[in-house]
Amino acid sequence: MAPRKKLLKLGGGSACPGERIEPAVELVEKGGIDYIVFDSLSESEMLAFERHKLSHPDEGFDIYTERRLRAIWPICARKGIKIIGNMGAANPKAAQDLAIRVARELGLGGVKVAVVLGDDVLSLVKDLDLKVNETEKRISEFGDRLIAAHAYIPADPVVEALEAGADLVMTGRVGDASLYLAPMIFEFGWREDEWDSFAKGIILGHLFECAGQLTGGYFADPPYKVVPNLYRLGFPIAEVAPNGDAIITKVPGSGGLVSPATCAEQMLYEVGDPTRYIEADVISDFSDMGFEQIGPDRVAITGVIKGNPKPELLKVNLGVKDGYRAEGTIFYAGPGAYERAKLAADIIKKRLELISHLKADALRFDLLGINSLYGSSDEKPETVPWEVGLRVAGRTRESAEAWKIMHEIETIDNNGPAAIGRGLRKEDVTEILGYYSTFIPRVKVKTEVLIEEA
Amino acid sequence: MGKVQLREICHARSGDKGNTANIGLIVYDEQHYELIKREVTAERVKVFFKGTVKGEVERYELPRMGALNFVLHQALDGGSTRTLSFDVCGKALSSVLLSLIIETSV
Repeated sequence: MAPRKKLLKLGGGSACPGERIEPAVELVEKGGIDYIVFDSLSESEMLAFERHKLSHPDEGFDIYTERRLRAIWPICARKGIKIIGNMGAANPKAAQDLAIRVARELGLGGVKVAVVLGDDVLSLVKDLDLKVNETEKRISEFGDRLIAAHAYIPADPVVEALEAGADLVMTGRVGDASLYLAPMIFEFGWREDEWDSFAKGIILGHLFECAGQLTGGYFADPPYKVVPNLYRLGFPIAEVAPNGDAIITKVPGSGGLVSPATCAEQMLYEVGDPTRYIEADVISDFSDMGFEQIGPDRVAITGVIKGNPKPELLKVNLGVKDGYRAEGTIFYAGPGAYERAKLAADIIKKRLELISHLKADALRFDLLGINSLYGSSDEKPETVPWEVGLRVAGRTRESAEAWKIMHEIETIDNNGPAAIGRGLRKEDVTEILGYYSTFIPRVKVKTEVLIEEA
Repeated sequence: MGKVQLREICHARSGDKGNTANIGLIVYDEQHYELIKREVTAERVKVFFKGTVKGEVERYELPRMGALNFVLHQALDGGSTRTLSFDVCGKALSSVLLSLIIETSV
């Protein structure tokens, strides 16, 4: 098939559900793009949406979807920009219903909204009783604790939706990078054996799936790494040729930075072996890839990206009820803050052990500002800190045990060291939805595309 | 014998996949790539993060980017949804690694 376009321009609209909205508006208004792609999902976000759906069966999709669509859709409709995103999360059909209602309210009669179904493989993985990667035991050992299973769906059904003329494609767990690959396959007519093109597309998708993390967000570290005007960070634009070669840039005049350094950092974000980057669409080798600055905020992808045939197995994320987590933080200030925080930790630890006989899988005490990230817990700070936070966190099998931890954090005020600053109360006990994974033969996973017109 | 802190010659980014973390370490100037290849070994990174990383550390090379990618297994206390760590996704690992001081001559 001859390419539909000689140059395809894609915009990266979000990195997460609660993403800023105005950079996406800027992209569709001024970016000259053909598609805007929104990523709403990570492993933990998907489980958070599943958790929400347990108590709100009609919800479980990205809660910012309505606000985002209202902000960008009229502009997209005017300019013919298509929208793709996995904002359907744990409930894609409900997201489609919402989109149809929003389209009608915006006066966008006639727009086509597609939804991709089939990533929810909960009953399938139970039937097949697959092996869990982390535990090396069968899924059935989780029993009723297993509440969610989502397979990483490739770009194919999104391409199918575009072929059917969809203006907005909403999905559940389609791979983040696959969302970007789909318009390239559709516009350039790539066949499935063109693995190098697929690999270029998927690697570009990987670069774009965190939006502003490619254009100077999550990068600044002054004075070594300085990013101009981060307060109005612009989101990325890809200019893609029919062979998959691409240039990365951003909206002219927006804040941020596109350089080989910002691109290399994002290329290495959340990846393993660069010779075997596995997505549902293709297995890519980006170990010989590079970046070259070819203009202000313009970077070309250089070197070699190779593709190998798609995997026979699809990765499946599992959500498993996995006990409870209790967490709370208190602060001490002024001279002796460090010593008082340590004393409070000692009191809470002894009370949990000796008085309430806590049964916990893990218990952790952090001194915020001292060792809460990667310090040793015995390390005394070299300078006297002006304020120190004590964070107590525990993981338990039973909810009642978690509440024992909470109770000690709450009662340390009157009964512990002098002069506590508690700030906004954030203490809470939450049920843990643990993340596990398995692999399913791809032939078992059936996807479906439903299209509705507003 | 000269010494340099990694932050002077490299930048880095880290993130998670399940209970595995990775850190991309990238030189600002390609003339330092051989130096970090020699000094910042997988073993060195494993020792540096002892207490945090319970599993193995693997290192991959990306010469055209002037980068090394370190994969840290069992580094996130069970992963972002279970961990008790303040840094749920291992995103602060990158800046901590930049504190490492290496020898600049043999």
